[in-house]
Amino acid sequence: MDWNALELSIRLALWTCAVLLPVGLCVARVLAWRSFRAKGFVEALIALPLVLPPTVLGYYLLVAFGATSVLGRAYQSLFGSSLVFTFEGLLLASVIFNLPFAIQPLQRAFEAVPLHVREAAWVSGLSYWRTFWRVELPLAWMGVVSALSLVFAHTLGEFGVVLMVGGSVPGETKTVAIAIYDRVQAFDDVAAGIMSAFLLAFSFVAIGLVYMLAGRRDQPHV
Amino acid sequence: MLSPAYPSRRRFLFLGACFLTGLGTEGRTDESPLAAAASDLQFALKDAAMLFTRNTGKAVRLSFGSSGNFYRQIVQGAPFEVFLSADESYVLALHRQGLTDGDGALFAVGRIVLMTPHGSPLKADGSLGDLRAALDDGRLKRFAIANPEHAPYGKRAEEALRRADLWERIRPLLVFGENVTQAAQFAASGAAQGGIVAYSLALSPTLSRLAAFDLIPEDWHAPLRQRMVLTKTAGAAARAFYEFVQSNPAREILRRYGFVPPDKAD
Repeated sequence: MDWNALELSIRLALWTCAVLLPVGLCVARVLAWRSFRAKGFVEALIALPLVLPPTVLGYYLLVAFGATSVLGRAYQSLFGSSLVFTFEGLLLASVIFNLPFAIQPLQRAFEAVPLHVREAAWVSGLSYWRTFWRVELPLAWMGVVSALSLVFAHTLGEFGVVLMVGGSVPGETKTVAIAIYDRVQAFDDVAAGIMSAFLLAFSFVAIGLVYMLAGRRDQPHV
Repeated sequence: MLSPAYPSRRRFLFLGACFLTGLGTEGRTDESPLAAAASDLQFALKDAAMLFTRNTGKAVRLSFGSSGNFYRQIVQGAPFEVFLSADESYVLALHRQGLTDGDGALFAVGRIVLMTPHGSPLKADGSLGDLRAALDDGRLKRFAIANPEHAPYGKRAEEALRRADLWERIRPLLVFGENVTQAAQFAASGAAQGGIVAYSLALSPTLSRLAAFDLIPEDWHAPLRQRMVLTKTAGAAARAFYEFVQSNPAREILRRYGFVPPDKAD
């Protein structure tokens, strides 16, 4: 078991959740309750990573953040390191790739909050923010848990992008999915087997949690 | 929501049946053979296959990847008829398991080079002298090699770096390509300041435009013995290609891509 790789994967997953939760909450609320002309376009854009091959994102990251590109040089002069082969680069890729996994469950959850409940909160004198904290978020919390579990599990499983822009640097970009691949390539089936079994169990628990919550939501309220 | 353009279920089934029977009747015998080749042969073997087709009128379908992956796939019954490995141990292991027709033929020996992208602060110096200097003065940020855990070229790169007594110092700066082609991509694109890759890739028109290179002394690492073998399923076309790779015209192409002929290697 490559604990170093597992620790890195978990760190990446936690950071992805931390970045995506506030972004997801803002975007999902807007998409749930407002209608505007470009809404379909925005929703399609967010859903894109569900169907896009990870290699497409990997390719764009390589091109955009390579040492010869304008963006790559700007980032290099600002932060002194490149985005390829670094944790920050992986985090950026991971955030982009997890957008639908964060936003879609949140959007469904907010859509389920009836307008009259929010209106009742407003006429009771609750401010915009208090309504959000005391009424909307508690009603949408299952969406939050779903989004976080999906993002977390999906980040642990991300492989294609990491393979393309990661460079398998231990402690930096060698995630557990890459470690499994490397062990399989090295014919170390024991280590690959242990890590795979761990990821299998972990992913099952995460997905099970999501379905359990979804099942509970479907039950009629008393 | 139904639209007139929506295919009926019956038509859908009909199309599916056509597709399946189409797959089934596609002749196995007159189909061009599938060859699995190590990624260091990416450019050289494409040229050789083109010449083979021009000479014989027969085509070969080439699949490039990591030798270890192909080894595993052949063990699992993958339909390759020829296997060209960057490391002969995979071929010999298949032979021991009785999965091949004989123990194959050594057809070339690979070399490694230090490659640096144009504009890199690192000089392409095969004696690794400037690499040492770059480590001393901090010019080097990232250095690419193939993953030494499993890629033959990665193992040889590690040996050369150990021989130059640089391995421990360069380790924190290493990025690993999944195979030698990816390492070359990292090094040539400027994502890393340099790397140790296959000579055959550095000599290709695509990469030689992007990067400079210099040979690393061949006695700094174990030889990269490229061995090929026919599998049990090999047909006539596969056998012809196997013979062709050992012929003079093919050797000439391999030589152009920096491979040493086997007779000169020993």
